[in-house]
Amino acid sequence: MTESYDIAVIGAGPAGANAALSAAKHGFRVLLLDEQPAPGGQVWRAKSAAILSAPATPESRAGKALRAAVRDSDVHHQGNTRVWQIERQSAGWDVHTLTDGQTAKVMAKALILSPGAREFVQPIPGWTTPGVIGLAGATALFKRDLLLPGNRTVVSGTGPLVFFVASEIRRLGGQVAAVVTPNTRRDWLGVLPAMRGRPDLLARGALWVADLMLAGVPLLWGHSVTAAQGQGSVSGVSVRKLDRNWEPIGGERGIEADSLCLGHGLIPNVEAAQLAGLPLHLRPELGGWVPEVGADGRTQIDNLFLCGDGAGIRGAAAAEIQGKMAGLNAARHLGADTAGAIAELQQSYARAARFGLAMTKLSQPRSGLSSLTTPDTVVCRCESLKQSDILAEVASGAGSTNAVKSGLRAGMGPCGGKYCQTAIARMIAAAHDRPEGDIPPPTPRPPLRPVPASALAGDFDYNDLPIPKPAPL
Amino acid sequence: MIRLVPDQSQQIRRAAEVEFTFDGMPVRAHVGDTIAVALMRAGHLHLRDAPQDDAPRGAFCCMGLCQECVVRIDGGLVESCCEAVRDGLVVQSLKVSAP
Ligand SMILES: Cc1cc2nc3c(=O)[nH]c(=O)nc-3n(C[C@H](O)[C@H](O)[C@H](O)COP(=O)(O)OP(=O)(O)OC[C@H]3O[C@@H](n4cnc5c(N)ncnc54)[C@H](O)[C@@H]3O)c2cc1C
Ligand code: FES
Repeated sequence: MTESYDIAVIGAGPAGANAALSAAKHGFRVLLLDEQPAPGGQVWRAKSAAILSAPATPESRAGKALRAAVRDSDVHHQGNTRVWQIERQSAGWDVHTLTDGQTAKVMAKALILSPGAREFVQPIPGWTTPGVIGLAGATALFKRDLLLPGNRTVVSGTGPLVFFVASEIRRLGGQVAAVVTPNTRRDWLGVLPAMRGRPDLLARGALWVADLMLAGVPLLWGHSVTAAQGQGSVSGVSVRKLDRNWEPIGGERGIEADSLCLGHGLIPNVEAAQLAGLPLHLRPELGGWVPEVGADGRTQIDNLFLCGDGAGIRGAAAAEIQGKMAGLNAARHLGADTAGAIAELQQSYARAARFGLAMTKLSQPRSGLSSLTTPDTVVCRCESLKQSDILAEVASGAGSTNAVKSGLRAGMGPCGGKYCQTAIARMIAAAHDRPEGDIPPPTPRPPLRPVPASALAGDFDYNDLPIPKPAPL
Repeated sequence: MIRLVPDQSQQIRRAAEVEFTFDGMPVRAHVGDTIAVALMRAGHLHLRDAPQDDAPRGAFCCMGLCQECVVRIDGGLVESCCEAVRDGLVVQSLKVSAP
């Protein structure tokens, strides 16, 4: 039997959980779906069952409050559930899910998408070495597992995340070999005015930096890690100074480390919105390609709403408020009188977004970033395709991400192109001397999340996970 | 030395320990850990070999997206960063040289 709800929400981060709570307050039956076990999203991810107790952090407190609010509400939260397909029907939406190997379909009159963001990592030589992990991915280890990525870690990337990650390593008893960030102190001075609205976060960031300086951790502003060394694990990294456009200049120097956290900002997860039929626009100041959506979460489809970082990277505080507006708008669509409540949120949303956008700006890629990828660098991790493989395909005429995908299988591997498409699109644009806005992401195809092929047919077997087989001996 | 960010590692309480094997080697973990986390803590970072060039790979995204952390249990493939350990679990890497 297919279960049916008034509203289904995909993603239980600050945006989705608040959307669900706001709509449920008006008496609607709301289903809140997330692949994580508990609500919280990326920023307020819950601890694993292996952690019995640990000191609280601002993130853990906010997450705990959100989880309590969902528990005490009428929202039906279903964790450990991947949504792999959505389909528009005459009466609403079909949402296809996978929970513990079981597929199911639920129906909802209105759908709220709040899938958040994923991180962008510009491929560098050695970034596939075990011990190199994503910068944002590292926060998952800290929040969920309270685990360090290694004994001596280089933390490298853009925006505030690099300082948060370095500080968390220190809090959890680890050693930071160096903080390497393409941003300069001047970049940070430039965003200070926008940060004044959040003195709490400004003070927290200042404390992280002061602590690292007191501890004598090298802070390499205007630098990038250009390669990771090591065979089965990381033995060290190379760093170089960058010019204003993030083009590496000057000599290379080495730093000894057994692990590297590497990231260059966040990209909105737009695949669900694409599948739903929303047009995309390139907005680098929002993190890249974003679906067309209003500030209050409404879209051109009257029973579809979108909120949070999946609508553009504006950070957790903005996601929370936009989530409330999207939930209230969904309730309004179904007949509740929520116009006044929505209007009241507009101003605080604008304020929160201003701060978030200033942070996003620090990660906005500059022209030189792509040159960190060398011809021999693996770009598509799933198929081990190097930059030179992809450039050869592009030179032979492939002028779109779809063409590269079908020609080379780049982006058709098990990760679904999540870690290579952005870099590939920029390579195509550069090779054909076209603006990046001419090279949209490939046409989305389900599954939205990695799902074994047989599960789609209803008979689940882990053996059928679409993983490339290791080469025979 | 003055620390503005205190070391809180000693204030973390973890669940009881269990043991499983990775390519035949015993690995200790806490109940509730994911396989990837237990392996990372034990220093086993190399989980599989890449297609084409057999280069070593390990957990990268830590959240079920990249599929780099896939290992074999009970004959099937799982994302080790999302799958919890169990006492006595037999985990095999996808290394070309895996036993
Ligand atoms: C890895 C990572 C770490 C981050 N860490 C921080 C941090 O420490 N501090 C900070 O200020 N900001 C952090 N951010 C930024 C963060 O995106 C926002 O601040 C905030 O989490 C956005 O809230 P949201 O509700 O829009 O999305 P999210 O919090 O990302 O929530 C989206 C949720 O949707 C779920 N989801 C998506 N697609 C599906 C699907 N198909 N099926 C099932 N579930 C799905 C995800 O599991 C996730 O829980 C991080 C971002 C990333 C990607
Ligand atoms: S580390 Fe990426 S899926 Fe497990």
